[in-house]
Amino acid sequence: MDRIKYKNPGEKISAVCGRVAIAFAVFALGSLFLLPVLILVSGSLTDAYEWRERLAPLLLNTDGRIGWHWIPDYPTGEHFRRLLFYSPEFMKLFWNSVGMVLVILLGQLAVGVPAAWAFAAFEFRGRRALFFLYMALLLLPFQVTQLSQYLVLKDFELLDTRWAVILPAVFSTFPVFLIYRSFEGIPAELLESARVDGAGEFRIFWQIGFPLAKGGILAAFVLSFLENWNRMEEPLAFIRDKSLWPLSLYLPEISIEQAGFAACASLITLTLSLFVFALFRDSLEQGIIAGAVKG
Amino acid sequence: MQSRGSCSSIWRNKVKRRRRQGGLWHLVFLLPSLLGVSLFLVLPFGDVVRRSFTTAMTGEFCGLDNYKNVFQNQAFLLAAQNTLKFVGVCLPLLLAGSLLIALAMEQLPFLEHAKVCYLLPQAMPAATVVLVWRLVFEKQGFLNGIMGTKIDFMEGGASFGVLVGTYLWKNLGYTVVLWFAALKTVPVEVLEAARVDGAGKIRCFIHVTLPSLKGAAYTITLLSLLNTFKVFREAYLINGAYPPREIYLLQHVFSNWYTKLDFDKMAAGAVLTALVLGTGAFLMERKLGIASGEQKERG
Repeated sequence: MDRIKYKNPGEKISAVCGRVAIAFAVFALGSLFLLPVLILVSGSLTDAYEWRERLAPLLLNTDGRIGWHWIPDYPTGEHFRRLLFYSPEFMKLFWNSVGMVLVILLGQLAVGVPAAWAFAAFEFRGRRALFFLYMALLLLPFQVTQLSQYLVLKDFELLDTRWAVILPAVFSTFPVFLIYRSFEGIPAELLESARVDGAGEFRIFWQIGFPLAKGGILAAFVLSFLENWNRMEEPLAFIRDKSLWPLSLYLPEISIEQAGFAACASLITLTLSLFVFALFRDSLEQGIIAGAVKG
Repeated sequence: MQSRGSCSSIWRNKVKRRRRQGGLWHLVFLLPSLLGVSLFLVLPFGDVVRRSFTTAMTGEFCGLDNYKNVFQNQAFLLAAQNTLKFVGVCLPLLLAGSLLIALAMEQLPFLEHAKVCYLLPQAMPAATVVLVWRLVFEKQGFLNGIMGTKIDFMEGGASFGVLVGTYLWKNLGYTVVLWFAALKTVPVEVLEAARVDGAGKIRCFIHVTLPSLKGAAYTITLLSLLNTFKVFREAYLINGAYPPREIYLLQHVFSNWYTKLDFDKMAAGAVLTALVLGTGAFLMERKLGIASGEQKERG
């Protein structure tokens, strides 16, 4: 940023004050946003007895207040121990989630990325209409098509299997929509000259399109990961067998009487998302909006 | 596409996007996706449309009866109103708020450190949010403790505010990141030129920055709209199938019709919802469209 010349000292002071105020506001709001996460961290280290004591006004519905200490009286790792070593169902659902999300992402890579390429690199009849259809389908809330999806899945005998969640998610138009922009940013002249040089269409896609749009593709997959990791409606509607459930459905099953345990389970659920966030932060920031190549 | 600030037209030269014409290559890339989408999304929706014209029990054709029923259904009308209001309040707040924060971060780079705080909520599972929200917003909760009041924020008018807050809390960080990335694509030379020509900060923002954010605005608005529907998870986990009337959303109606096997009303309601959403998406695409890709603008 360049230095700005101020006409008089007063103006400079007010500009500085303005900046301090802005910075303060941004950090204050950020800290406020962070509080729920801190509550979880502190809560996961609080033992069951203390939780019961704190929650008594809520559970018994009396006039008192829920007590809170940021640092628990007797910090404990009991919840983490119970969750990681004595809750086989938690671990089972955790791996269910990991597996499901991986298969979905791989499927989207195989299906969604080429589709985005088709929309960006080729001109064909009905391209705009079709893309618009993809976009509109993206917006439909799940509840709107719930019944019909159920019937289709039933016809294919996919109900009560993981595929009931995986297959519709693989064909979600969400990644197509996001990745399209990155492909669209590749100069058409580049593709044209590759064609003139005799490169086949697959090679152009694989060796020019894919590497140039990598940032955008990665960003789309980070978002897709988050979306699928927290997916609740579909598994709840289509899978009755609890041993096939993803982790996102484990949490609502824990009642508030087990708040410490729930906080702990939440933290572990959250950790993987954070990890993915941290790992791909840069591509998330640049990939989605910036497009691949800036002219 | 109408009038644009003089400074922005300097760098905007429209290049017609040339795509590969003819041939069937697009089909090779598109077909797998198209098949799946037809099977798992279009076909079910077609079935919804068919059902909207038939009775739930016998499956006989009944014309527009279902639509008439839906329009006379108090629950549906209330929910539609609430949903519109919710989107109408949330979207502008989110888009403007996050743009402001992104601008602040662009001006004062050290603020970028705060980004993490804003991003964390996005990763928080809905069920967890509910647990913490109970601690904060219940009658015996923290917020009442701080304010010295005894309001149940989960009930009545306050519940709408809590839901709006939840939405902003969850989505602000992600939207800030998107705006921030978009701001980086604003051509510096043009900004400089405008400044040299004597344009103030505000004029630069309106005539240079805003126009070049158009494409990004489209993506961001669409994603934010998509996420307004996802707050249903929290709303449902907090209050169950019958929340206070202020936050009775369309998804509540649909899932209640579903459990009551009112498939005919459900279908008609679904078609109406899809029509409204489709029209909205269409208008947005006309105004800000990137899907068209007819004009490729470059600096």
